[in-house]
Amino acid sequence: MNNNIWKIAALALVLTACKSTPMNPAKVEDSSVTKPISNSQNNGNDGSAGTNKIDIKTVDVDSGKDQLSAAELAKRQIFFDYDSDAIRSEYKELVANHAKYLAAHPQTKVVLQGNTDERGTHEYNLALGQRRAVAVKNALNVLGVSDNQIETVSYGEERSKQNCADDDCFQHDRRVDVVYAGQ
Amino acid sequence: MTRVKSRLIDNRRALINAFCASILVWMFANPAQAALEIEISGGSAIQIPIAILPLNEPANVQGKSRIHEIISNDLKGSGMFRVLNTSGVPSLPTTAAQIKYTDWTALKAQGLSIGEVQQTANGNLKINVQVMDVLRQTPLLQSTYTVSPSQYRHVAHLIADQIYEKFTGQPGAFATRIAYVTKAGKRFTLQIADYDGFNAQTLVSSNEPIISPAWAPDGSKMAYVSFEKKKPIVFVQSLYTGERKVVANFKGNNSAPAWAPDGSKLAVVLTYGANSQIYTISADGSNLQQVTKSSSIDTEPAFSPDGQFIYFSSDRGGRPQIYKVPASGGSASRVTFEGGYNVSPRFSPDGKYLTYIRNDGGSFKVAVQDLGSGDVKLLSTGSQDESPSFAPNARTIMYATRVGGKGTLATVTVDGLVRQRLSEAGGDIREPAWGPAQAAPK
Repeated sequence: MNNNIWKIAALALVLTACKSTPMNPAKVEDSSVTKPISNSQNNGNDGSAGTNKIDIKTVDVDSGKDQLSAAELAKRQIFFDYDSDAIRSEYKELVANHAKYLAAHPQTKVVLQGNTDERGTHEYNLALGQRRAVAVKNALNVLGVSDNQIETVSYGEERSKQNCADDDCFQHDRRVDVVYAGQ
Repeated sequence: MTRVKSRLIDNRRALINAFCASILVWMFANPAQAALEIEISGGSAIQIPIAILPLNEPANVQGKSRIHEIISNDLKGSGMFRVLNTSGVPSLPTTAAQIKYTDWTALKAQGLSIGEVQQTANGNLKINVQVMDVLRQTPLLQSTYTVSPSQYRHVAHLIADQIYEKFTGQPGAFATRIAYVTKAGKRFTLQIADYDGFNAQTLVSSNEPIISPAWAPDGSKMAYVSFEKKKPIVFVQSLYTGERKVVANFKGNNSAPAWAPDGSKLAVVLTYGANSQIYTISADGSNLQQVTKSSSIDTEPAFSPDGQFIYFSSDRGGRPQIYKVPASGGSASRVTFEGGYNVSPRFSPDGKYLTYIRNDGGSFKVAVQDLGSGDVKLLSTGSQDESPSFAPNARTIMYATRVGGKGTLATVTVDGLVRQRLSEAGGDIREPAWGPAQAAPK
């Protein structure tokens, strides 16, 4: 349905927009790179803190590394088998990348949105979508992400394509979307 | 009548108030074109032959469907009546004095309905219907309503209810309302309509999904789940004032509202950071209590009519089945044993039957279980049937089905003999909920 196409397009937009965002926090990690520069400046002229801040902001030496990290986090959909909440092995790396990022950024919050295909009742599918979101949450927990960074919610079948004729179509609906707060 | 009018005024005031909310709430949208198409797949062995004659009514007051046509459709759709073809009768009476009983004994009619409509000085309609016992040649029923023209269809349903009760001994459920969700493009609406789909009004509309409408036992409020805040939240909204309250908005999901029979509290499903579990909460959002504590999915709660138990869907045994638990919490016991997948339990108001959805080899169908004998019958013929709910008289079940790739509503009698389908131009209809019995207009 058109509606879903628009939603997918909107999701794609969100994902594209998200690419640049993880880069900003990623710069904080690079403070280790900037510190020696600040230190040397401090040693040299007892410069003001203001000068140091400007120096830190202008470091872009590792922008390539930032992009690499953004690319790892750009994948935000985990697909599931029919009637299953098991995270397939091909998504272990995706989950690990988000876990690594979230564990390193304890202030960052994420919503895991579970989804199902349209077969079954609305409320039972809401519960199944939730179970998938919880499966991803548990995987993140194991990898060191705190519970208070994660909210699990479910859209059940409410964002599903309708009138799917085959499992390739249904497959797209059985997923968890990783949505970073503020994005 | 005055009460009906003041309600309408309240509704308009509510409309103005409701515009302040981020979501638009309309009490008066354009009525959707909808109608029940009767598709009788069988018939009861005890169909009562009855003649429903046109009322003597001035042409300027006649509805698009006339009163005798609305009554006839109601009675036919119940499966309990055979409405007789009167085309061979030379003259049709509209008063008791004009009745020639031999015409009607010849047709083997047991009942004969006649009447008239008069317009009063202030533009109201005085609708008078008499139903005669053809064999005894005596009046069985005499009914007069003075109402505004907007109540034309409602009065026809009320009279059909009286006829139904007179002949079957059971109350009718024609003067009742239903709620359902429509999806057109990206727009979701929660609609309230007569049971036959007429007089639809929009209660809520949103660009985000709306699911699980649930009528308060007195019919004055609806609980439902809205995703307008990008997550499922349970709201309760007054039909007449438009007042809208968040009842459950906790971390995670808030869904599947079901009213306790006394209307004081609801069962809801919450998740926090884990699987769906059942809680009860007062209608004002206070006094949250956990009812189920499992590591499985527990959802789709429904109170038993005595308020003692909550029936629900759970996969605690592996596959989804229906269980029951004391409403105050405790240990659960399994209710459904036939079939590998049973969900969405709903009680008949008399507590005798449970309807639910069974996955029958990949097809989702409406089932009904006689709670006395334990017998289960599959009632529907679709492959994606959902959301069954009983009419207040426990005779008929409404459910969502799909026809030609589009969601629509259907009804089936508890004996499985009569099916009807509600059609609406445009949009997709789902999540029906049959409302409680409605008070007569005064």
